[in-house]
Amino acid sequence: MITRRILMASVAALGLAGAAFADGHAKTKVGFVYVGPVGDGGWTYEHDQGRLAVEEAFGDAVETVYVENVAEGPDSERVMTQMALDGADLIFTTSFGYMDPTINVAKKFPNVKFEHATGYKRADNVSTYSARFYEGRAVQGHIAGKMTKSNIIGYIASYPIPEVIRGINAAYLHAKAVNPDVEFKIIWAFTWFDPQKEADSAKALIEQGADVVLQHTDSTAPQAAAQAAGNVVTFGQASDMAEYAPFPRVSSIIDNWAPYYIARTKAVMDGTWESVDTWDGIPTGMVKIGEITDAVPADVKAEALAMVEAMRKGEYHPFTGPINKQDGSAWLAEGETASDGDLAGMSFYVEGLTGDIPN
Amino acid sequence: MIALEKRPEPSRWLGFATPLFAVLATMIAGGLLFAALGKDPVAAIATIFWEPLFGEFAFYYRPQLLVKGAPLVLIAIGLALGFRAGIWNIGAEGQYIIGAICGAGVALAFYPFESALIFPAMVIAGAVGGWAWAMIPALLKVRFGTNEILVSLMLVYVAEQLLASMALGLLKNPEGFGFPGSRNLQQYPSAFNADLIANTGFHWGVAAALVAVIFAYVLLSRHMLGFHIRLTGAAPRAARFAGVEPSRIIILCLGLSGALAGLAGMFEVAGPSGQITIDFNVGYGFTAIIVAFLGRLNPIGILFAGLLMALTYIGGDIAQSQLGLPAAAIQVFQGMLLFFLLAFDLLINFRLRWQKGATA
Repeated sequence: MITRRILMASVAALGLAGAAFADGHAKTKVGFVYVGPVGDGGWTYEHDQGRLAVEEAFGDAVETVYVENVAEGPDSERVMTQMALDGADLIFTTSFGYMDPTINVAKKFPNVKFEHATGYKRADNVSTYSARFYEGRAVQGHIAGKMTKSNIIGYIASYPIPEVIRGINAAYLHAKAVNPDVEFKIIWAFTWFDPQKEADSAKALIEQGADVVLQHTDSTAPQAAAQAAGNVVTFGQASDMAEYAPFPRVSSIIDNWAPYYIARTKAVMDGTWESVDTWDGIPTGMVKIGEITDAVPADVKAEALAMVEAMRKGEYHPFTGPINKQDGSAWLAEGETASDGDLAGMSFYVEGLTGDIPN
Repeated sequence: MIALEKRPEPSRWLGFATPLFAVLATMIAGGLLFAALGKDPVAAIATIFWEPLFGEFAFYYRPQLLVKGAPLVLIAIGLALGFRAGIWNIGAEGQYIIGAICGAGVALAFYPFESALIFPAMVIAGAVGGWAWAMIPALLKVRFGTNEILVSLMLVYVAEQLLASMALGLLKNPEGFGFPGSRNLQQYPSAFNADLIANTGFHWGVAAALVAVIFAYVLLSRHMLGFHIRLTGAAPRAARFAGVEPSRIIILCLGLSGALAGLAGMFEVAGPSGQITIDFNVGYGFTAIIVAFLGRLNPIGILFAGLLMALTYIGGDIAQSQLGLPAAAIQVFQGMLLFFLLAFDLLINFRLRWQKGATA
């Protein structure tokens, strides 16, 4: 009996909901689903900056809503459905683990547009977008290779997925290019955001002699650990983390989602939105390099900025051959650049890196 | 000044009333919190408690209550049996993970072969997986007298590492472009734990939770074993004189709670979640501890407590999105619920007395 009541109620309400979608509401409603807290100072913080930029750009013409700390899986599916029911026109789902839930919900709401960050499944109303963070990693690798005195560079990796492996490879190649003696020590934290774990990882790397620590996790805990150690160089991740500048944080990779979010919201308003796969980097400003501080020698800073400029103009690709894989087999020939397909599914280390990718 | 005086007998009516008091006090204190954050407290409380049940889109949220509540109830029932006997299984989260890995493992081993026997095999694998994981603290306690709280809790972290390794290795989707995570069981009909009646949220896990509630109720109130469990918790020495074998109770309670947690994990991975991923577990095993106590370790109480907890989660997310409440405020709100419950519980065994002057 209970089930029948629920069923009848749902039939009635579905009719209502259908009517609500058909009438064009005045404001464009944009929803954001976040995997972390907006105050994480990293990944989610930058997505939320993008949301605020959308509000800024369109003022009263838009309404944005967000839910933070949404677990990947059924909870995210419920939150997306709820936003769609509440009349969202466009929903950004900002974590890889939201991929299948986004596709599921998008099927149920063909008139709502979805944008999924860092995934690979698309549909007529689902776009994907991601940033070429590895371009920033190349710059970091260059500076790190020049700055290290112990020749040991620590790397706090999150999960062994292509994006993270690309970052390690890009940083290593460019550190090695300026410092042949450099060695990478990599700790897999298996988390995107866990200040305690990240701090422990940073301390372990520093104890193993690392005097530069790169991180692919989102909190500022490694920065604090480096600051406590005193002579360890770090880089801001996802966000500028400028509160640790000029030292230990000597530069940063900043995810700048604002232009993309504004453009996609505009497309929904204009009715020109289409399902696309966007993978932008330094040239469009989706990846930005935070200020290189004076802790970096002037000549190194100039080289780094020249590399950024070359990438901005499209003259330089961080993965340019000759590059061998870790097992010594050839990957890219002299002058050959990596294809996007190779990069998107990257699951191997380049030659010179030690250790195995966990699986 | 106020003094506490032990009641000659625990108050029966307060036993039923304190959960309601706790909910009311949470609403008031939570309302103050929301007001301090500059939000309309009445609207916030109404959004959390009213919107999912009777709001415009209740047709969607009501089934979600079952989806969210079922694993909580299933796990909490098992935990409550142990808690009644003074056996503290804190590691249900780990047993939940292992149950999911075993259930999904069986399904993926047979993929893409279709058979009506696959789902039952997954159910058995899930239960056995959770049971086996709980047997580690149980046997260590029986054999070496180790503390089951520590062992079961530590095994959660072991299970999480195992989960990550499965998502990245053995169970990884071979068509997933190198990304972690298994195939989605929702797209594998023989393994999919679909709604038994479409769009009701009523999947096999919900059915199992209801069966577990009835089973536990009968066990505790009508069965000798249930009496032994209660006796072991209330008066261990008396239990021993009555011929209750403590190690039997330990193995039984930990095994049952492990199996139920494993089942919950298996139903979740086969249905609402669909995938073994690195972050598959979202804390049901820990929240179920709250649910068990909120339900006063009583099976019927746990059923309502699980649904109430699910309601605060679902309503909390709605409040975040509609009113812009921060997630942290919702978590504080949920924490208040347990806090007030424990605080009011004192009144069951004690009463407040006004006393004049200081005691010498």
